[in-house]
Amino acid sequence: MSVVVRPEKCTGCETCLASCPFDAIAMKDGKAIINEYCNACMTCLSVCPEGAIIETEAGTLSVEQRQKLEDYKDVLVFAEQKDGKVVSVSYELLGAGKRLSSELGTKLLAVLLGAGETEARELIKWGADKVIVCSDPSLKVFNDDTYSEMLARIINEHKPSIVLAGATPVGRSFIPRVAAKLRTGLTADCTSLEIDRETKHLLQVRPAFGGNIMATILCPNYRPQMATVRPRVMKKGEYNADRTGEIIHVSLDDIKSRTKVIEFVKEVSEVSVNLHEAEIIVAAGRGIGGEKGYKLLQELAEALGGSVGASRAAVDEGWVPYSHQVGQTGKTVNPKIYIACGISGAVQHLVGMQSSDIIIAINKNPEAPIFNVATYGIVGDLFEIIPLLTRKIREIKGA
Amino acid sequence: MNIIVCIKQVPDTAEIRINPETNTLMREGVPSIINPFDLHAIEAAIQIREQMGGKVTVLTMGPPQAETSLREAISMGADEAVLLSDKAFAGSDTWATSYTLAQAIKKLGADIVFCGKQAIDGDTAQVGPETAEFLGIPHISYIRKIEDVKDNYIRVERLMDEGYDIVESSLPVLLTVVRELNVPRLPSLKGKMAAKKAEIKKMGMADIGADEDSLGLKGSPTQVRNIFAPEVRAERKMIGGTPEEQVDSLIKELKELTCL
Repeated sequence: MSVVVRPEKCTGCETCLASCPFDAIAMKDGKAIINEYCNACMTCLSVCPEGAIIETEAGTLSVEQRQKLEDYKDVLVFAEQKDGKVVSVSYELLGAGKRLSSELGTKLLAVLLGAGETEARELIKWGADKVIVCSDPSLKVFNDDTYSEMLARIINEHKPSIVLAGATPVGRSFIPRVAAKLRTGLTADCTSLEIDRETKHLLQVRPAFGGNIMATILCPNYRPQMATVRPRVMKKGEYNADRTGEIIHVSLDDIKSRTKVIEFVKEVSEVSVNLHEAEIIVAAGRGIGGEKGYKLLQELAEALGGSVGASRAAVDEGWVPYSHQVGQTGKTVNPKIYIACGISGAVQHLVGMQSSDIIIAINKNPEAPIFNVATYGIVGDLFEIIPLLTRKIREIKGA
Repeated sequence: MNIIVCIKQVPDTAEIRINPETNTLMREGVPSIINPFDLHAIEAAIQIREQMGGKVTVLTMGPPQAETSLREAISMGADEAVLLSDKAFAGSDTWATSYTLAQAIKKLGADIVFCGKQAIDGDTAQVGPETAEFLGIPHISYIRKIEDVKDNYIRVERLMDEGYDIVESSLPVLLTVVRELNVPRLPSLKGKMAAKKAEIKKMGMADIGADEDSLGLKGSPTQVRNIFAPEVRAERKMIGGTPEEQVDSLIKELKELTCL
């Protein structure tokens, strides 16, 4: 698919210019033209009062090509391990993967590199039908070359229709290489994965445009359809200690790496542990106005026994350290209570916190998008509300 | 040492707002900037050149107006700039973008390729590693420190969850960098003069010997089906009144949910 402007119909009214989320329409000689930034999102088609912008088919697949796609059937999850233990996001992916494979009526496979039989069995209990394990000790430490070559080989052999991996430093580093090798699409940081009822394609939803808006991404003509998902976005599936499945052992063969990890140096920031484990997070946005506002939030967080988070805006202003940032370029959190103070609610922030149980939004602007995801919304001045709230919480807790 | 820095001109996404009526992005007056992570990549490249000699080339794929970003990179101290621009590149996803960049890099030749860890508009972090794969060279992501560089060797610190890895690699290699790596320098007056006069080399489909079926929308495995604003939470309750009343109602609600 591709978008073109029919010059004979274009009146040069420029209505389409502002509608384009990708800045892909420019004016040339009084006519609109579509430039290199076009993502074929089709938004401009409905905006043009003259019907001058149209969609053109870039060719459809042949029967043979279609047949080839149908060879790809199962859902495959890359199960990441650290120090020989499967990390939590892998179980979350098995939860999502199980749902997708049941819907497709296919099997759920897991790939485990650098760990053994015990962990493979865990993956089965969490929903995998089949686990492909390479327990070669050299895979215990993550390495882009060996991991990408190994996973690509396994995918080529087992031909899954869908491949899911965690958007962790490991997944984000080597999964793109796998997609490049396999000549297929990869969608980063998906927040929702569904099967299209009609076409059976995977509908991959992710924040786009610096997280200002959501986009549904398809990979209709290539297989597998690959996606990464951030930790704590999907829910774990059901654990069944009696579940049985198949374990297939594979060897590393002759795969060599050009890079070498000399050592891992542990450096845990207290803030990040606190944010991930906190039951209550009080988060600062641009509306806190400066360090004085930040102090008010710290007091509230302390009264509640919670931690302090922040939006990108508050971090960019230099009021709050980066380690506190919640959102697409920061951390993903899901506390019981998330109190968003002076945060407008750009999607970039929302994707990092919207799975919180209760969201309380305090903002001066009643139109702020944060209110769209809030459980409780308070329109008002946080410099009045927060100190009051802190005082009353202290009274309750003191009593 | 031949160093290529891949940069992207992006809209300053922090300045973008959504039109609540049409659900489209309001981009009027939103400035175009060099992707912030790429500034750190440029700085790293210049530092290596200062230490070892050689040449820093900035490379971008985009429409003709992306030339502004290339000139800005020259004003920081880059030696040469290449603009990859062709109608055939339109609508590229990360796969097609990486393929195109790799084709150009093969023509230009590089010992080290630098990229920012991700662009702030797409936030995928995929183009760096995918480009390395197309080039057939290793890559290391999330570089926060360069410990040592020699003619055929590099040792770096790679940011991971809960710490960092010390990683070494042979050259050529592709590195993606994070903010912690350095503080990008500001353009010097001399740099600004050079940027004005600099000749921007332009390359299109024919110049990079690319396979047309792998370019642009046609070569892109992924497609954007639609874009939309996030949904409204169904159970939302707005709390009105004076600040005092608002706080009291909120506390009452939370007590009922046994949150306090």
